[in-house]
Amino acid sequence: MSDPSTSPMANAPFANERVLKRLRRRRAADRRFKWYGRMAIGFALAALTLLLGSIATQAVSAATYHVVTFDLSFDKNTFGDVQPDSPPPVDRVYGLVRDDLLAEFPETASSPALRHDLLGLVTRLAVLPVAKDLVRKPAEIGTKRRVELPLSDDLDLFLKGAAARHLTVPVGRVKAEEIAGNVTLTSEATFARLIAAASLENMQPPEMPGTGSILMTAGRSTIRLDSLAPSRVTGTLLTGTAQDFRTYPARARLIPAPESERTVSDLQIAWLLALKADGRVLRVPHWSLLTHTDSTQPELAGALAAIIGSLLTLLVTASLAIPVGILASIYLEEFAPRNRITGLIEVNINNLAAVPSIVFGLLGAAVFLGAFGLPRSAPVVGGLVLALLILPVVIIASRAALKAVPQSIRDAALAIGASRMQTVFHHVMPLAAPGMLTGAILGMARALGETAPLLLIGMVAFVAEVPRGPTDEATALPVLIYSWATQAERAWEPMTGAVILILLAFLIAMNGVVVFLRRKFERRW
Amino acid sequence: MDGTLGNSAAETGVLPDAPNASVRMSCRNINVFYGEKQAIFDVSLQIADRSVTALIGPSGCGKSTFLRCLNRMNDTIEGCRVEGEIMMEGKDINSPAIDPVLLRSRVGMVFQKPNPFPKSIYENIAYGPRIHGLAQGREDMDEIVEKSLRRAGLWEEVKDRLNLAGTSLSGGQQQRLCIARAIAVRPEVILMDEPCSALDPIATARIEELIDDLRKRYCIIIVTHSMQQAARVSQRTAFFHLGSLVEVGDTDQIFTSPRDRRTEDYITGRFG
Amino acid sequence: MSDHIVSAFTEELESLSADILRMGGIVEEMIVDSCQAVLHNNLDLAADVIDRDPQVDRMEAEVERQIVSLIARRQPMAHDLRSVFAALKVSGELERIGDLSKNIGKRALNLDTAVSPAMRSGVARMAGPVSRQLHQVLNAYASGNAAEARAVWETDDEIDQHYNALFREMLTYMIEDPRSISDGAHMLFMAKNLERIGDHCTNIAEFVFFQITGENLVQQDRPKQ
Repeated sequence: MSDPSTSPMANAPFANERVLKRLRRRRAADRRFKWYGRMAIGFALAALTLLLGSIATQAVSAATYHVVTFDLSFDKNTFGDVQPDSPPPVDRVYGLVRDDLLAEFPETASSPALRHDLLGLVTRLAVLPVAKDLVRKPAEIGTKRRVELPLSDDLDLFLKGAAARHLTVPVGRVKAEEIAGNVTLTSEATFARLIAAASLENMQPPEMPGTGSILMTAGRSTIRLDSLAPSRVTGTLLTGTAQDFRTYPARARLIPAPESERTVSDLQIAWLLALKADGRVLRVPHWSLLTHTDSTQPELAGALAAIIGSLLTLLVTASLAIPVGILASIYLEEFAPRNRITGLIEVNINNLAAVPSIVFGLLGAAVFLGAFGLPRSAPVVGGLVLALLILPVVIIASRAALKAVPQSIRDAALAIGASRMQTVFHHVMPLAAPGMLTGAILGMARALGETAPLLLIGMVAFVAEVPRGPTDEATALPVLIYSWATQAERAWEPMTGAVILILLAFLIAMNGVVVFLRRKFERRW
Repeated sequence: MDGTLGNSAAETGVLPDAPNASVRMSCRNINVFYGEKQAIFDVSLQIADRSVTALIGPSGCGKSTFLRCLNRMNDTIEGCRVEGEIMMEGKDINSPAIDPVLLRSRVGMVFQKPNPFPKSIYENIAYGPRIHGLAQGREDMDEIVEKSLRRAGLWEEVKDRLNLAGTSLSGGQQQRLCIARAIAVRPEVILMDEPCSALDPIATARIEELIDDLRKRYCIIIVTHSMQQAARVSQRTAFFHLGSLVEVGDTDQIFTSPRDRRTEDYITGRFG
Repeated sequence: MSDHIVSAFTEELESLSADILRMGGIVEEMIVDSCQAVLHNNLDLAADVIDRDPQVDRMEAEVERQIVSLIARRQPMAHDLRSVFAALKVSGELERIGDLSKNIGKRALNLDTAVSPAMRSGVARMAGPVSRQLHQVLNAYASGNAAEARAVWETDDEIDQHYNALFREMLTYMIEDPRSISDGAHMLFMAKNLERIGDHCTNIAEFVFFQITGENLVQQDRPKQ
């Protein structure tokens, strides 16, 4: 026993300077550690918010898109031969659309180049659903129908303000004179606001060719300005008549980018504005993203085939990986003797979980496609490969869940004479079930997000048809994201964001199921 | 070794120091190995029917291991090997002809930590009889449950809440539930592995009272760290040390004048 | 025997046996002194012996208190249990021996001064072996020697023979001289007291033997002459 009077705490146990100093240091360390933890969490949250935010802002413009309405009459002379089993008369329906557009803008009649530009407003394939409808319901032949056709992606983006930046300046009532296509506008007020806005954008037409365009629109008519003075502007009539400028208030559009650097021409913009003035351009929710299959045209493309493909793939994965994984884990954990062989198996399962997924893709390509001759790009092959990929994950999670069941429960069952099988299935499994299901569903979530192995077994193929079964050609959501993200056109960008959100929605739903199962089946012991 | 049993006693089936008691289980030359390590060395012990035999000894002396030999719970431990002969009703329980599942229905076990199933009180009791097919119909099962709970002295406390989870009971009640569960499959022998070590003194006293009551019907073998408990509940006491049986005898004799110095040292608190 | 893991337990047991031995020492002296008082008609010494008895009673009470506390707190087992049990019994026996010695002292005060030295020396003669026996059994207690305890138990007959001889001697004196009957009666009681002390020593020997060996001497046959 040490003499109490010599111990450092004895004299002034709560007031000793050295003790207090040490205490302060320890407290400070505590506080610092707490802040490190908070910073780490803050960093993770910020990263997550940034990621979700950037995807969401990217995707939000894909939530709606523009369509052009057409009143088409499917007269019996043209469509009389359409039968329920005939191919969709795409060309003939598109002919109606073309005729309508040409009638609307007669100035294009003279030039094939202009006609081509005009027809760029609505692509030929856009009428495919209408043509298919016609085949399905031949009764519509001989009637008139209003159809909505998606606007070409470039013009859609222009209207959303995403393709060519432009700003609108209201001008109001002007006086107009037309001399052979050249229109002169004079105003009692001045064009000073317009000039100010143009100079802000460094636009001084026409003195500096190569700069952007200023379009002046009134009603259905649009001119492109050639000169700009405070009281008088002149321009070339792009579409419509000078008469409109006398009847409707005018508004100017400043487009800073030169026409040659844009995907939409001034003329196309003029036509689009004319159609819009007629009320034929509508902004509608982009449901076709969920109901259409993939397409080369962004405005026509949808993720339906990929969603169905993913579901079919997951179905195959689940029906293989979950039973096999759970049975394997029960055997390994509850029945297998601990020896060198099971040790080896255990190590290999752990190693397998760390194998890069692309290796599984190679394996799938070599074995399932090469050796077994299963169809390429099919969900059944994708499902098999993903099942192999997540099997170790499922086994490891299930074994952890079984390990977490206290030995005392097994002892209790064994000691009253339950067989090992009864012990496992009556007592251990019910307790381990939430953990096992969690492992299985987290494995499925990983399978849902996996891209690399699917690329290698050909599920990256362009699939225009909804797969009807696990052996049909299909693609999957992450692969669709990959292929859309690598496309050049600007319009794919928001579409990709939208599909990422769809994929995230699926993942969140699966995690929600995990939480629900845990809540429902978790039991205390 | 003084106090252990000679061969003649094992063959005649009476206890040398208590010739009136009949022998329920008779162990001869038991050796237990965990892998290469030997845990029990040549233990021979006879266990009297309708009495309580206490196994005492320092931690790691092999008393629990020995206890688990008696219902072959050691089978569930990887790498554990039991040698020797454990006779019960003229049969060696280690022979391949004896199914451990049946053996365990006749040699029940209660563990250190109360381990009721995370199910209702009723289900806890009914599970054993159900898997062994001991009840014909619901009424029969109700009767078994009630009888078992009555014998475990728990009926009055839980009869109105049989559907409550077994884990919601207090520690002592849980342990009595575990005893009731063991009784429900109509065993002849009940093994208890430190049944009170997780309980407070009042709950311990209840269990001890229960053990005293149960010994009228069952052969009870109890492992305990508490020498006072061994002295209180048992009629015979066996002292294990370093895997060997040092001394066995009447509890009175062991606790007043043990023959072996090691027993003396242990029960007077002279070594761990 | 090695120490307990709880060292305070060992200390308490040691202090208990030290108390018993101290008590034994006082009682042993009381036997000798009371007989010396008889022999030399030393009334002061007799009164002194009487005065020592309350001390012995207090010591017995103290030993009992210690034992109750020790049983409650330590729950002694085996040898410890037997030591505690023996200490309790031995302290009782010693207290009775003290009472008997005090009685001899009281009787010494009542003796006629004219009692013949022959009569007085008879009692004193008997005191020797009795006090030796107590001394021996206390030695056995202190050293844990079972054989010595057994030896005391076996020599109880010697005291009995002494007593019988003294009894006859006193009767002879009283027949010879009827005036000495009153003193002779006192002497007879003194002798009886000494004989009873001898019996108590035998009891102590039994408890000491039980403490050391855990076996009961009473059940064994005492060698009879």
